[in-house]
Amino acid sequence: MTVGMSFNQLSEEEKMTHFLDRINAGEKIEPDDWMPEDYRLQLIRLISMHGISEIMGALPEKEWVPKAPSLHRKLAIMAKVQDEMGHGQLLLRVAEDLMAPLGKNRHDIMEDLFSGKLKFHNVFHMDAPTWGDAGIIAWLVDGAAIISQSMMLDSSYGPYARALKRICAEEVFHAQHGESIILAMAEGTPEQREMLQDSLNRWWESLIMFFGPKSAKETGNSNADKNIMYKIRTKTNEDLRQEFFTKYIPRIWSLGLTIPDDTIRFDEDSQMWIYKDADWSKFKQIVSGNGPQSQNRLDLRRRSYKNNEWVRTALAAKKAI
Amino acid sequence: MTQETLKPQEKKALIELLYQLADDDFLLAFRGSEWLGLAPHIEEDVAFSSISQDMMGHANLYYNLLENIGEGEADRIAHLRSPNQFRNAIILEEVNGPGTYLKEPDYDWAFTVVRNYFYAVHKHIRLDSLRHSSYEPLAEAARKIMTEQYYHLMHWEIWFKQLMTSTDEAILRMTAAIQKVWKDFGGVLTLGPYYEDIVKANLIDDENVMKKRWNNKIEAVLKEVGASYPGEPRMERGNGRNGVHTEDLKQATATLSEVYATNPATGW
Repeated sequence: MTVGMSFNQLSEEEKMTHFLDRINAGEKIEPDDWMPEDYRLQLIRLISMHGISEIMGALPEKEWVPKAPSLHRKLAIMAKVQDEMGHGQLLLRVAEDLMAPLGKNRHDIMEDLFSGKLKFHNVFHMDAPTWGDAGIIAWLVDGAAIISQSMMLDSSYGPYARALKRICAEEVFHAQHGESIILAMAEGTPEQREMLQDSLNRWWESLIMFFGPKSAKETGNSNADKNIMYKIRTKTNEDLRQEFFTKYIPRIWSLGLTIPDDTIRFDEDSQMWIYKDADWSKFKQIVSGNGPQSQNRLDLRRRSYKNNEWVRTALAAKKAI
Repeated sequence: MTQETLKPQEKKALIELLYQLADDDFLLAFRGSEWLGLAPHIEEDVAFSSISQDMMGHANLYYNLLENIGEGEADRIAHLRSPNQFRNAIILEEVNGPGTYLKEPDYDWAFTVVRNYFYAVHKHIRLDSLRHSSYEPLAEAARKIMTEQYYHLMHWEIWFKQLMTSTDEAILRMTAAIQKVWKDFGGVLTLGPYYEDIVKANLIDDENVMKKRWNNKIEAVLKEVGASYPGEPRMERGNGRNGVHTEDLKQATATLSEVYATNPATGW
């Protein structure tokens, strides 16, 4: 850049080169920095989806908050869902800053959620009919989340990387809370073990789906590839899924539980887990709002948003006293 | 006093008081937890779920005090008593509105703000008195709880004042909520049938003294927001401290104990 020449005088192409140089050098992009429109849109898509997933993700566990089977478990699960809500709030604040130049705000995020335009994570569309599910969600869904979020701790977008740092620290406690529920049930009565196995059977395919399809071929979607180019993320969906298997399959087996996939094994030659892939057409259906609980959970939020409209109006109109 | 120096009559009074304290927080924490994901905005969801979690922690402290004086395991006490053994005030067991937390919840935010604010004012007065309770473990618990409860009170006071001085619709809804809560809030302010023994043992201040403090505070706040003071709150549906309760408590305890009751003997 010529001395004295302002950044604004650069051509779009030069700005782009400068931007890529910065992220390749490991620099962080901040909200007021120049960024390509495409980068901004990728971040909005990713972070608003992540934020809203945290919020929708509190709902299946919330079903078990009052029913948690001891005072200690009640306190722990209350703390967990409160954390999840906090993560959602933190992430939506990051997304809102990115959306502001486009003239959009929180209200637009909520409207997009209600209309189905803004999707949330596949796991939060599923049924959680027993206490075993509360354990599996906290242990394995949060465990999976730690793996996919840790990869982005060094994200090129500064505010997202910083939010994730805090989120991951709390997620570790959640996974421990989940593991503690699982251990109690695994060491408990035959009925408790059965309930636990039943939950694992129910959640396994959702956990495979959690990381997304192997490549663009399955969905015709190349967001993951683009995000690697922009250094928003560093690993592919399959890398993450393999990491999850390596971490959790031995633990699941050591509890004496059975993974509902008799083809699953570690292949020494390729150093990869071989497994039965998920039904990705089903995945598409689920995240499009056609999962078993999609509409019920969306209805809870739609309904409360409408019921509380008078409160938001009142706050906006607040007179000083 | 400590556990060892309690006389039988004092112990009976202490047990009654501890059940009131524990059950009040337990039930209102439960009603609060039903709001998760349904609050007016996400920031409130974060704050309210933190408050509910704190209150569940307070209930837990009191249940543990009961366990320590021989009432049985805290989990059993919390989960396995029948509704008529609960000592909470009736207004605190009341549902948040039509529907359930799982299906079609048409919850009433004005009712929630009023109930929580009025309760927080009383809880503050009660804790302030309990800090000097003759039963040292209770005084210690009160001092601990007070550090958290300070923020709860502040939170609900802000909500109460904001909504009472805002749009016509908000004022209308809040006024209706005050009238609704007023009918039964007297149940929170009473120490129940063992009132004399409780006071005689110096476990807490006289209920009339605390009632007066509550009425003075609420009267002043109502005046500040331009509303009128409706006179002493009533106890229309009966006294929860006597074990008198509504269907709402049955629903609450059935939900709270659903999993635990399947096998109280096992670890969960």
